[in-house]
Amino acid sequence: MPLDIYAEDILSHYEHPHNKLRLKDFDASFSDENPLCGDTITIYIKVSNMKVSDISFGGDGCSISQSTASMLTDYVKGMLLEDVEKIDYDKIKELLGINLGPARMNCAMLPLKALHGAVKAYKNSNKATEK
Amino acid sequence: MNGKRLVYLDNAATSQKPNKVIDAIHDYYTQYNANIHRGVYKISERATEEYINSKQKLADMVGASSIEEIIYVRNTTEAINLVALTWGEMNVKKGDHILISQMEHHSNIIPWQMLAKRNDAVLDYIELDDNKAGLSEDSFKEQLDKDPKIVSIAHVSNVLGSINDVKKITKLAHDRGAFVLVDGAQSAPHMKVDVADLDCDFFALSAHKMLGPTGIGALYAKREVLDKMPPLFGGGDMIKSVSMQTYTPNDLPWKFEAGTSNIEGGIAFGAAIDYLDGVGLDSIRKHEKKLTEYAIKSLSEIDGVRVFGYGPKETDKRGGVVSFSIRGVHPHDVATIFDSDGVAIRAGHHCAMPLVTGVLGQGSLSRISFYLYNDIDDIDKAVRAIEKVKKIFKC
Repeated sequence: MPLDIYAEDILSHYEHPHNKLRLKDFDASFSDENPLCGDTITIYIKVSNMKVSDISFGGDGCSISQSTASMLTDYVKGMLLEDVEKIDYDKIKELLGINLGPARMNCAMLPLKALHGAVKAYKNSNKATEK
Repeated sequence: MNGKRLVYLDNAATSQKPNKVIDAIHDYYTQYNANIHRGVYKISERATEEYINSKQKLADMVGASSIEEIIYVRNTTEAINLVALTWGEMNVKKGDHILISQMEHHSNIIPWQMLAKRNDAVLDYIELDDNKAGLSEDSFKEQLDKDPKIVSIAHVSNVLGSINDVKKITKLAHDRGAFVLVDGAQSAPHMKVDVADLDCDFFALSAHKMLGPTGIGALYAKREVLDKMPPLFGGGDMIKSVSMQTYTPNDLPWKFEAGTSNIEGGIAFGAAIDYLDGVGLDSIRKHEKKLTEYAIKSLSEIDGVRVFGYGPKETDKRGGVVSFSIRGVHPHDVATIFDSDGVAIRAGHHCAMPLVTGVLGQGSLSRISFYLYNDIDDIDKAVRAIEKVKKIFKC
């Protein structure tokens, strides 16, 4: 496997992650973990007009799961929930800009699973109908 | 791997297979493919003979008195589940205690959790000693005072490599009337095991960790214990006779092997045992001890690397498994960088979450583990890969 997975921007997101905090005011959150390695990611979202008005994440894990969470939370800020739901495997690969093997793709997909879980939790909550 | 000669250091997960083992599978399918215990024709007789021979070889290797004490199952996990579902159902009742340890693999935890839940029993744990390497004798004795029905312990830890004194554990447990299961997944491939000497009631192992194919493993149990256990699965081969409403179970060991067996697996396992016999388990143990000592020394010298378990002078108490962490780097990243150098290692919680995350307080660990085909050069390559990790992560 080529080591471009440790390209500078990925390591920089890992060392200085964006949006890594717990939002004081959020509408929904969701945690997921990778049973293989125990990596955990929690996503917190604030929603207005069916858009992600703010987002953050917490958790521990490898450089791939943490840097993907950092990039993904940047990417979806301001995005319509319905567009967030359409983000898939290929989009994550595109965001990272590198080729990961199938095992490490699980690390990269963890933040997306947590994000989709948070959107679903929001939609199932009373807040979605109130707004 | 990745354009480099493969350095395979994940033997605790599964071993590589010799040609002899692969050929045995090929020969069965091309020369005498037939079901066993049924056909009154040449190739079926040969398949049956080879399958039974394999059991005899295993019985001889681990010191069982006959093949009646050798049940073929899919793997160690299935062997332990078989005991929990049959012996456990009969003997573990409401309020009874089951005793395992903090260094068990999930396969020696979950079947007992499930049994405890079904029958309202209590699952207790022997704690690790202060050095977090072996089991605490005090804790064992304390737990034994609760008079557990069964004590189920790993012979060798798949994370720490620690060799538990299962002979002593068995003696003390028997003195209190408890039965003993030894999880031999990490010991049987690497050292001489003698179940008669250990005196354990059950011993579980997997073929794929000892040069054999996947999908076959064994449960050894004392004959008198097996005689009292009901069969787990019903079907062909496990019966002597069947009427509309009832059946008579078959003799041992077939009583526990319902349906067509993993014939290719059994036969190839026999070839693996021949191979191990040829090299000699004592030589394998000696070789791995040397590698382990060298690995612990080399890794411990690197700044920021922490090696878990017994130290280099205590390799008598340690099998060829070395788990380590590199300060500031996640084990998944460690394993990926090793991979780029053609070195295969394991990263994760090693199916032992209560130990790794609970007792050792690590999210996950990197692990190298040896077998007979590894050498000092493999460890030097691992050390160079660690230097590479440190360079990339600037630590």
